[in-house]
Amino acid sequence: MNKAVVFIPAGVFGALAGLFLVGLMRDDPDALPSALVGQDVPEITSEALAGYATFDSSVLREDGVKVVNFWASWCPPCRAEHPALMELAAEGVPIYGVNKSDQGGDAVGFLEELGNPYAAITVDLRGRQSLDWGVVALPETFIVDGEGVVRFRFAGPIHGVMESTILPELEAAGR
Amino acid sequence: MRGWLVALMLLAAPVWAVEPGEMLKDPALEERARELSKGLRCPVCRNESIDESNAELAADLRLLVRERLVAGDSDQEALDFIVGRYGEYVLLRPGLGGSALILWIAGPLALLAALALGWRVIRGRGGSPEEAALTPEEEARLRDLLKE
Repeated sequence: MNKAVVFIPAGVFGALAGLFLVGLMRDDPDALPSALVGQDVPEITSEALAGYATFDSSVLREDGVKVVNFWASWCPPCRAEHPALMELAAEGVPIYGVNKSDQGGDAVGFLEELGNPYAAITVDLRGRQSLDWGVVALPETFIVDGEGVVRFRFAGPIHGVMESTILPELEAAGR
Repeated sequence: MRGWLVALMLLAAPVWAVEPGEMLKDPALEERARELSKGLRCPVCRNESIDESNAELAADLRLLVRERLVAGDSDQEALDFIVGRYGEYVLLRPGLGGSALILWIAGPLALLAALALGWRVIRGRGGSPEEAALTPEEEARLRDLLKE
């Protein structure tokens, strides 16, 4: 019998152990890949929030790296990540906000209370635009490069991953 | 009385999350939408289809499927539309393409590998070894033993 056969179980075990190790060491095992990364930005039609500037997808194809942030006043993690967005805005990163399914003056109240990090805001009242972006749960943050291509997507509040993820990804996108 | 109870229980079995307001007026289209919904995973409650899930996103996706069908999409086009936004992950029965290919062929491949390995081990063992003839000393000892 060929002696090499003896090593096959050990090899299979090693490969499995390696696979499990990689699987267990992932930052967020629940994270889903975005179908959008590497694609042109989906269409956004502008629907203004009263008193604030608005935007559509043509703005996202202009020069420079920008951030698209999906948020709502009723979403607690959106409130938690808000200071991080203010910080990014203060550093000169244009942030475009898509406000999802907010009632009455709730969105305006949120911004008046906490400050407005957004260069412009569009309202997605029925959640239809969020579907085009593959948004699962608020908040979600996308990094779009100067050509209007989505380079990165982060699901969840960004305030804990600014140094480790968001800033490096902004840099990688060409900022 | 008991008959009524049984009838009510049977009625209660197929409860779906689809809300009356979501349904299409055309029964054929609605039937197709239901079939498609059963094959689409809800990205929020990952082990449920959007047909079963009560999540807000599942309701939005059910409406999107219906919207596509009303717009004249084929079943495949409607599925592709959603996969283009949420990725292949939303298909509860993934196709043969892309990374799903590994999943499909891994099982049969492992079986073939196991069979090949087993075959080699059994072949390598060969038949029982040739019986060696007894040495003269052993034959002498055997005779002694038989005599006793």
